[in-house]
Amino acid sequence: MDALAIASPINAGVIDKLKAGDRVLISGVLYTARDAAHQRLVEALDSGKELPFDLKGQTLYYLGPSPARPGQVIGSAGPTTSARMDGYTPPLIAAGLRAMIGKGSRSPEVKEATRKYRAVYFVTIGGAGALLARTIKKAEVIAYPDLAAEAVMRLEVENFPAIVANDIHGGDLFEQGRARFQRDSI
Amino acid sequence: MRNIEASDITQAVARLCQQANFELGQDVLQALKKARQQEESSLARDILDNIIKNAGIAGEDKLPLCQDCGTAVVFLKVGQEVHITGGDLYAAVADGVCHGYTEGYLRKSMVSQPLSARTNTGDNTPPVIHTEIVPGDALKIAVMPKGGGAENMSRLAMLKPGAGSKDVTDLVVQTMAEAGGNPCPPLIIGLGIGGTAERTMLLAKEALLRPVGQPNPDPEVAELEEEILNRVNSLGLGPLGLGGTTTALAVHAEVIPTHIASLPVAVNLQCHSARHQEVVL
Repeated sequence: MDALAIASPINAGVIDKLKAGDRVLISGVLYTARDAAHQRLVEALDSGKELPFDLKGQTLYYLGPSPARPGQVIGSAGPTTSARMDGYTPPLIAAGLRAMIGKGSRSPEVKEATRKYRAVYFVTIGGAGALLARTIKKAEVIAYPDLAAEAVMRLEVENFPAIVANDIHGGDLFEQGRARFQRDSI
Repeated sequence: MRNIEASDITQAVARLCQQANFELGQDVLQALKKARQQEESSLARDILDNIIKNAGIAGEDKLPLCQDCGTAVVFLKVGQEVHITGGDLYAAVADGVCHGYTEGYLRKSMVSQPLSARTNTGDNTPPVIHTEIVPGDALKIAVMPKGGGAENMSRLAMLKPGAGSKDVTDLVVQTMAEAGGNPCPPLIIGLGIGGTAERTMLLAKEALLRPVGQPNPDPEVAELEEEILNRVNSLGLGPLGLGGTTTALAVHAEVIPTHIASLPVAVNLQCHSARHQEVVL
């Protein structure tokens, strides 16, 4: 099946149609955040402070890139393990976050939040940071510059490849994919 | 006695750090291409194609294969007839890591203290250095940038001495099933069997330096490697854990003598970005 071209921020109508296993090519805006930035975002939410960017409808990419060489937009830019963000994710989804991009499966709490608030979790190719860097056309640090590689960046991407892992209907590609190809129990 | 200049060691380490991060070994690439031919899932084939393409782009653009440029794990085999001049051996290696990561625009991922003060050291030092004294007058340096995602899924188990190969296999399969897509499969599985707790953990990591898929010379161990590989690939996890028949590219097991009461087993996982380069000075 061909990949579906979608824009980010992702329209709610598009979110409704996405199913686990769908391949997409994302164009538009992504914000990066890893462990330390997540901690700060959730602390800000908890204490009623304003976030450094409007989270509503946005897409977070779990990325800490390598430094850009002179003349390059960004360094290597692949996903980090999403499970480390699991504890922080449900409150962010409740606050309006609509999509996340990372690698690896999510906790039951995150999956429940994606169903309840109609958000989607995408996986992109772990360990393909050079390939993914070519889809990033603009990158700018917009918050927490002291976190260096973990600072929050605003990225503009074109045809960034991703796969729907958790959809709003309860679909989970990690479970479905494994069940389809498993030939042996543990 | 042969003199080796500390500054030559620094230069070599700096170059190896960059080379390892930009160039995927031909052995890994061949194993990925072979897996691509055999993979049953079309989504997984697509992912493997992209992983292979990534290696080409990394080399062309001098971009790291993966943004996680790793902990710099450095293996030194120091000939006992070597005399290091002009500086301290470990400082020379650390300087090499600092230069390599800074000049190569590699990501610096080391924090100074693991608990409260997780401050980035800024130059990816300190490296983790393993030194072995060997006969001869040469110095062999291997640099392995080891990413956090796969390293986090490591495991050590002290099995009962009578457990045997079935329990060892079950342990690895269990480890892989729990790790799922987190360590970035398809993986190379490093396995240390025997020795003591700390020795076998290092053995598992050393096993990852072997060319991908080269079996252990001991037929019993080679058979165990194959059995584990088949079981792991029957799990259905596949590339990135999204389903498929390629969960591991190879299992590398190393076996050493152990205590009558012990059967230590260590599992060290290597993601498909299996980076290591070496040089002999």
